[in-house]
Amino acid sequence: MQRSNTYVLIFTAIMTVVIGGVLSLASQFLAPAQKKSIELDTKSQILSAVMQLNKKKDDVLGIYDQRIQSFVVDYDGNPIEKDKKGNPIIPEDVNIIRNFKQDNIDRELPVYKFMSADDPNQVEAYILPLYGNGLWNKIYGFVALEQDLNTIKGISFGHVQETPGLGARISDAEIQNRYKNKTIFEGSELVSVVMLKGEKRDPSLFGPHEVDGLSGSTLTAKGVNAMLKDYLDCYKGFIEKTKN
Amino acid sequence: MSTETLDPVVVKPASEPLFSKRRRKFVLDPLSDDNPITVQVLGICSALAVTVKLEPTLIMSISVVFVMVFSNLLISLLRDLIPGRIRIIVQLGVIATFVTLVSEVLKAYNYEMYKVLGAFVGLIITNCIVMGRLEAFAMGNKAWDSVLDGFGSGFGYAWVILTVAFFRELLGSGSVFNIQIYDASIMPTNGLFVDSIGAFIVLGLIIWIQRTKSGYVEH
Repeated sequence: MQRSNTYVLIFTAIMTVVIGGVLSLASQFLAPAQKKSIELDTKSQILSAVMQLNKKKDDVLGIYDQRIQSFVVDYDGNPIEKDKKGNPIIPEDVNIIRNFKQDNIDRELPVYKFMSADDPNQVEAYILPLYGNGLWNKIYGFVALEQDLNTIKGISFGHVQETPGLGARISDAEIQNRYKNKTIFEGSELVSVVMLKGEKRDPSLFGPHEVDGLSGSTLTAKGVNAMLKDYLDCYKGFIEKTKN
Repeated sequence: MSTETLDPVVVKPASEPLFSKRRRKFVLDPLSDDNPITVQVLGICSALAVTVKLEPTLIMSISVVFVMVFSNLLISLLRDLIPGRIRIIVQLGVIATFVTLVSEVLKAYNYEMYKVLGAFVGLIITNCIVMGRLEAFAMGNKAWDSVLDGFGSGFGYAWVILTVAFFRELLGSGSVFNIQIYDASIMPTNGLFVDSIGAFIVLGLIIWIQRTKSGYVEH
């Protein structure tokens, strides 16, 4: 049956209003739960650089509140409390992706201090975010430095779509553990830690600034190296200030 | 590729049982003889993309069944009101609404899976199975029949992708639902199955077995 144009227009209008209404109601209603999920996800990622988490059992938010002190610094290592528009900055809400697109010196750089469980004034590790380009898409992570701001205590990587079985291995604990106890300074020069080409699987072959590579994923490794160097450079000001 | 045609609306007595033989066919046919993936060869894209592990596959299956059942129901209820000239966009609007709801709920209550499935939940909108059923069935049949049809096609899609995911996770990661079954010391895992190639292999085998049994030939 051919309907009149008026009918079609009215039908479309009603449908649009109803669908729009349903979706905005759903969005309003689910917003608090979504915010909480995202918060939990961010905080788990930060903590995963220093500890193994069991998401189902551990009270991630509780541990986070107890152990983490966070703040934001600028390129020179000075703490900043307000962004360029004068709004207060919350470290957990700093948009790493947006900052990644800016020049190093303009970035807002969050620092997460992991405090000792026994003495809440004692810093156990400094956790810094990482973000960069992998082979196919973005890679990201967190690196935890020991109190000396030189030794790597732990590292966690994530990726959007590196090749499964090759580059995607950066998110495996086995690969991330290779970074443990490596150092990022040679004397006073920041050299970062470099993932080499090829995979030898013998930890004794590598110097303090090198880790074993990933067989078949040299380009992902290059991305990881660039990301680590880029972010450690950004934090150099903070590291040097804190050391002195 | 689809062999589906619009089912004729059969005039029937008012007291037809809820699960009469005719109605059982709506649910059972798409499970094997008229399976959306293996016979109609629809929805292949997502069948490859989300089947690396069982857990996301299960979530995807539930989402697709949900979207199919409810959009079939809604379109069937509105079928006499929907103007023929804009029916496709109306169907699309209804599907998109349900899919967005699913995606928002996942984001709120299962953020892990929301991240893993990423765009693929959103892409249910373009899954030909859903729209195919709305156009071929729900536009011409009563509400309850359409709900059953939605379940049928949804489950038909679900069992195939779950089977594919079972083999891919078992052979590719050595686990089932993230529970480790064997490790590299017993048998090395096969990287091929983590890649989409593994899905093609398993899917091809399922289609082969099924068509050998049913004698179905594509013309």
